[in-house]
Amino acid sequence: MQKTAFPLGATLRYLAIALYVLFALFPIYWLIKIAVTPDRLIYTEGTQIWPSTFTLDNFVSVLFLTDFLVYFKNSMIVSLGTAFFTTLVATAAGYAFSRFHFRGKAIIIALMLITQMFPLLMIIAPIYKIMAGLRLLDSLTGLIIVYTAFNVPFATFLMQGFFDGIPKDLEEAAMIDGCTRFTALRKVIFPLTLPGLAATLGFIFTAAWSELLFALMLINSDDKMTFPVGLKTFVSKFAVDWGQMMAAGTLALIPSCLFFILIQRFLVKGLTAGAVKG
Amino acid sequence: MTMAQTSSSGNGRGRPLKRFQWLIEPYLYLSPAIILIALVMLVPLVVGVSYAFQAIDLLDPFTTGWVGLANFEKLWADRLFWKALTNTFWWTLGSLFFQFFLGLGLALLLNKPFAGRGLVQGLVFLPWAVPAFLSGLNWAWLFNPIIGPIPHWLAAMGIMEKPQNILANPDLALWGPIVANIWFGIPFFAITLLAALQSIPRDLYEAAAIDGASLWQSFIKITVPFLAPTIAITVMLRTIWIANFADLIYIMTGGGPANSTHIISSYIFTTAFRRLDFGYASTLAIALLVLLLAYAMLILKMRKHLVKGI
Repeated sequence: MQKTAFPLGATLRYLAIALYVLFALFPIYWLIKIAVTPDRLIYTEGTQIWPSTFTLDNFVSVLFLTDFLVYFKNSMIVSLGTAFFTTLVATAAGYAFSRFHFRGKAIIIALMLITQMFPLLMIIAPIYKIMAGLRLLDSLTGLIIVYTAFNVPFATFLMQGFFDGIPKDLEEAAMIDGCTRFTALRKVIFPLTLPGLAATLGFIFTAAWSELLFALMLINSDDKMTFPVGLKTFVSKFAVDWGQMMAAGTLALIPSCLFFILIQRFLVKGLTAGAVKG
Repeated sequence: MTMAQTSSSGNGRGRPLKRFQWLIEPYLYLSPAIILIALVMLVPLVVGVSYAFQAIDLLDPFTTGWVGLANFEKLWADRLFWKALTNTFWWTLGSLFFQFFLGLGLALLLNKPFAGRGLVQGLVFLPWAVPAFLSGLNWAWLFNPIIGPIPHWLAAMGIMEKPQNILANPDLALWGPIVANIWFGIPFFAITLLAALQSIPRDLYEAAAIDGASLWQSFIKITVPFLAPTIAITVMLRTIWIANFADLIYIMTGGGPANSTHIISSYIFTTAFRRLDFGYASTLAIALLVLLLAYAMLILKMRKHLVKGI
């Protein structure tokens, strides 16, 4: 099906791709640039494309003179926990929506949609009270539970979409061969949804990694703070120590970027025609 | 794969035990999601709604009480609310329009193999990995003439007379967070649409090519109908998400200058966390909720129509 492209078409395609890459990367480049600019040069050479001298001082002070590593560890625990539990719960729910017709389905879908619509700020106070009652305030477990609940509806619709894209015949054939539905799901359907699972994991991880509001509300002690809350303390504590903030930000990007490099392999692979044809 | 096709067509649903299992099975798959959502979101939501009819000041817990519709009367007379409503519309429309079309363009570009596609894909999806808090700060810096390049570029292109911070201009300030939001949101649409594109059976394109269909015909007759349901649901969820997304505006402008960039959700945030007025914040939230519900109903109707059309 691949036609030979006109040289002009190909050039335009590559130009468009280059523009996308430039647009995506420039702000990140700028973040790193500010992080390596010496403090005394920020206001004189701030708008240059690269400072005349560069320094790693900001990284050193962030890593060794602040609680950065603690925030980092906390965010890692919360984001991985949230991504894992959300994907688990949402896969089951998305599968049910995709494959079954049952009493109350429309109501459950409607309730899930409602959770996507109301402003989350509306429930910040009630949640604070409930978590206090469950003794889950100021705990990473509490944060994981809240984030998982927030992310399940969207992840469910996402997974449902991926399941809808897989022909029902596949597991029906396996079930006729004597598999239970669950075995069919695990052995036949699951491998085909890997791109979907990877995308879902990626979304949820990054969502949890950057959530600020509820973390601020539910966590008070320094040793439980997640990364955005920690960054916020940089703002209030060090007023305009932009170099340090950007250094901390650059470091915070690393796990998210690594995660994306890992999952994009699955996205590239996609659902190949071969897998469906058998 | 080892799925031998058998001709047996018995499904075993006649037996009582099997039938019972078949009846409760969907609920088993759904129960963790339902329990979690009910406890963490729906119960607090009902409690939150009740706040709209109360006076709740966290700093003064003793004046708490039911006030009927007083909060809603205040809302109707609040000029800042109407301003925020207009801003919510432009913020959502502007962000969504560019996120969607640029995301679709990116997905179509990435759907065809080319040298270095894996690397390019990893790079263009990176903005999604940048925490919103950080994106906001980062873009605020890019718009700052002391430290960022954008005002100098705009001045050099003659769009602006001299390098100024658009975030300080009440007429233009909303475009700062919108640009940041577009940057942040393109990967979302690109990833979702790319996954949908890749789940379209290749046979269809092969058959179309054999029948002599042009690339444009394949796009209109195969790609678009297959993408339509995904597009409808993604656009709907995304609209709601963007309308509720206060982080960028709160970080970049704080609703200023002169309250010119508040959207309803950032106004809710300010009301709740600066003034600690939970009652009025809930009233604002309900107003937003009603608007978004009406919008969602519309889109769901359209989606049903589209799915039927295939």
